Amino acid sequence: MYKIGVIGDRESVLGFKAVGLDVFPCDSQEEANKAFKKIAGGDFAIIYITEVFYKGMALEVAEYIDKRLPAIIPIPDKDGSLGIGMESVKKAVERAVGADILFGGDK
Amino acid sequence: MERLNVNPTRMMLTTLKKRLVTARRGHKLMKDKRDQLMKGFLELARENKRLREEVENSLARVYESFSVASAVMSQEVMEEALMFPKQGVDLTVSGKNIMSVDVPQFSFDTKAEDSSDIYPYGFASTSGELDAAIAGLASVLPAMLELAAKEKEAAMLAAELEKTRRRVNALEYVKIPQLEMTIKYIVMKLDENERGNQTRLMKVKDMILKEAIEEKREQTKEACG
Repeated sequence: MYKIGVIGDRESVLGFKAVGLDVFPCDSQEEANKAFKKIAGGDFAIIYITEVFYKGMALEVAEYIDKRLPAIIPIPDKDGSLGIGMESVKKAVERAVGADILFGGDK
Repeated sequence: MERLNVNPTRMMLTTLKKRLVTARRGHKLMKDKRDQLMKGFLELARENKRLREEVENSLARVYESFSVASAVMSQEVMEEALMFPKQGVDLTVSGKNIMSVDVPQFSFDTKAEDSSDIYPYGFASTSGELDAAIAGLASVLPAMLELAAKEKEAAMLAAELEKTRRRVNALEYVKIPQLEMTIKYIVMKLDENERGNQTRLMKVKDMILKEAIEEKREQTKEACG
């Protein structure tokens, strides 16, 4: 049985606890990295990270990008989206096709 | 295009021809795989984009109601209220095979049977805004899980696509031309040898004939004279 983790600043992620996810509130980037390291290899199948922290741990995340589990998904925090999540979708398209053919036309 | 550094022998020619056939077949298969992957991937990427927009919008709404709730209640009371969740999520991961890429699929079970009974606190000390926020979050959760699955699938397919694309290109623009070039080189070399041999034989034949004629002439001379 797998678990779902959420890493982010206290105010943004508090609510996720109520719906049954495992929440790791962090106040600084180092804390977030530490929390991520702790849970990444374990039985967490999905780890949601707020974009602010996600930005700061690109290296750690890159290690898991081609692995089957866990899925590491950036989510917006309480201050709104930074567009990083969209960026990762865009990157996947670029990587596969060689050019961004999905997002350029829409804007 | 550089040809392979091999000896131009008949045996090497046979080997190379066999390799060319394999390379051509591999190229065709890889190309088919690439096209098929691409078809699935584009659909997936579009779906992924749509889902992400949806999740980001709904999360923004949820955060809004949370901030309203935290404005009405003190931080301590709110944390206390959410400290022991009633609701739990059990996630099961199964696999799906798409063109030999093993992508995970998530399905989840919630522990609380009644979806209206997920609030882990009494209603006396908390505000109604918090209830709304949590209900909203609970309704976003399925979309978030779907997003996680889709995003992982897209990332894995993208990696596979990149690999396949490279292989197709390597076969198409390097391996196959190289083999063709080398085969052509060997064939030409062998033909050249063949021609050289032919001329040599003709020359030798001429020489032998000449000698024979010379001898014959000698004999007739003696016989006459």
